[in-house]
Amino acid sequence: MKSFFISRLLQAIPTLLIIATLTFFMTRFAPGGPFDSEKAIPEEIKVKLESHFGLNLPLFDQYLLYMKNLLAGDLGPSFKYVGWDVSELIGVAFPVSLGLGVSALFIALLVGLPAGMVAALRKNTLWDYLPMGLAMVGICLPTFVLGPILIMIFSTKLNLLPALGWYSWSDLILPSLTLGLFYAAYIARLTRAGMLETLKQDYVRTARAKGASPNRVVIKHALRGGLLPVVTFLGPAFAGLVSGSFIIESIFFIPGLGKFFVTAAFNRDYTMVLGTVLFYATLIIILNLLVDFLQAWLDPKAREQR
Amino acid sequence: MKSEQGFSLAKDAWMRLRSNRMALLSLFILGFILLFSFLGPELCQFQYDEQDLESQFLPPDKNHWFGTDNLGRDLFARTSYGGRISLAVGMLATLVSLVIGVTYGMISGYAGGKVDAFMMRFVDILYSLPFTIFVILLMVLFGRNFYLLFLAIGAVEWLTMARITRAQTLHLKGAEFIEAARALGFKNARILFHHILPNLLGPIIVYATLTVPAVMLLEAVLSFLGLGVQAPMASWGSLIKEGAEKMDVAPWLLIFPGFFFCLCLFCLNFIGDGLRDALDPKSSKD
Repeated sequence: MKSFFISRLLQAIPTLLIIATLTFFMTRFAPGGPFDSEKAIPEEIKVKLESHFGLNLPLFDQYLLYMKNLLAGDLGPSFKYVGWDVSELIGVAFPVSLGLGVSALFIALLVGLPAGMVAALRKNTLWDYLPMGLAMVGICLPTFVLGPILIMIFSTKLNLLPALGWYSWSDLILPSLTLGLFYAAYIARLTRAGMLETLKQDYVRTARAKGASPNRVVIKHALRGGLLPVVTFLGPAFAGLVSGSFIIESIFFIPGLGKFFVTAAFNRDYTMVLGTVLFYATLIIILNLLVDFLQAWLDPKAREQR
Repeated sequence: MKSEQGFSLAKDAWMRLRSNRMALLSLFILGFILLFSFLGPELCQFQYDEQDLESQFLPPDKNHWFGTDNLGRDLFARTSYGGRISLAVGMLATLVSLVIGVTYGMISGYAGGKVDAFMMRFVDILYSLPFTIFVILLMVLFGRNFYLLFLAIGAVEWLTMARITRAQTLHLKGAEFIEAARALGFKNARILFHHILPNLLGPIIVYATLTVPAVMLLEAVLSFLGLGVQAPMASWGSLIKEGAEKMDVAPWLLIFPGFFFCLCLFCLNFIGDGLRDALDPKSSKD
């Protein structure tokens, strides 16, 4: 068990190095550069800027320099936000995205788990068809359709919630609903399938035979196994929440990391792009590891296999 | 012999699919959407890129069935043309992912041992990456090249396909008819493509049907971020983007493309689920 996680952690290092290399050369081989703005800057200033950021060195030397700094934990200065380090920019923008992602995940679990459980326990009744029909709609309604529709209803027509910006708590509601509902729908379907599977298991029958109350059977015995598919899904869900937040941030004008990333890529802000990609990759690798932990905790069989 | 086999698979699947009312209805609606997308532009008296500054932001009426946009372009023509692009991207990118994923998965499963372990480890690593970020990066950096769009999306979506194919191949590898083929001295490539591949068709078709909506969604996301197809061309994603920007003045600009897009995803998902039950009962969800 322990060795499994240690080997996974060690695997993360070459993975991140590969990602860094790939992204480095991808950005460099793309046409355009950070200082080719529409407003022409004098040639001598451009040369000075480029030598200041080390862009005049041979490409491979630049790569080695970047990797050396990276291993020392330095993501370098941003080319576009003068005077800012990439890590500082991430430090400012990420909490915004994190707030959005966490509240979306919270909504997804809060809506999805009970809906799936009810549907499984009342299989083939209205309590099954209604939530599952809605879940199917939720899965097919992309965030960039749902978002504008929610804005249209709750902000433009009813004037209840703010449509854009990121100033107060109420600004969080519409974006996290938009982002969370898809995952709620997915989690509801997975919970239902997982619960149906475990409710058929022998150990659940044993628990019933021993005279455990129906609530206890569901909560103590069936839920634990029934949650497994949901937990497995959390890994991809994190990755999806990350990229999903890009769209949400551009619909609701939220100054999160996703917006920074897209702008940085457009501006050819090499270090910022690289820093963001590496940051997200690290985050997702760590979260996946956490998911594995959770899975092992929920499923003794998987624990033994490792 | 071979064609008879294919027919029986299709026939078998059709018989079972027919009893699934939701899937059948979806198939029907999808047929309608396909007709709309491919014949719609012919039915309509306007071109998708025909501007008419006299008739901006007209609500739906006799002439403009779905209304017009800010440049006076007819939304019916644009929605049906956008459907063409969205569906074409969905199918072609799925084909790309299918070719990569199936080949990769078959080789990995058939080779087995260390090769298999290495190849699957690679897939695992790719799985854990924020791939959409890479696609966004690729599209931003290398411009809005239409072919790059297929390649990029196909390159992302092949992973699950590879896993499914590999698992099935591993399972089939030990079957007697494969052993017989090997005893007859057939080459590995022939065994893979003539003996194993036909037996994988069921799961492949099912998963491909489920990949099409995923691909269309990704294309729409890219278009929504302004990285997909460019005006005056249109896809459902880019139309939804324009609609979302102008929904205060002209809600129909969001409603029509949004409706067709969601309906199409809905149908494809239901057909995929239905096909899974029909072709691949083992992996059915409940």
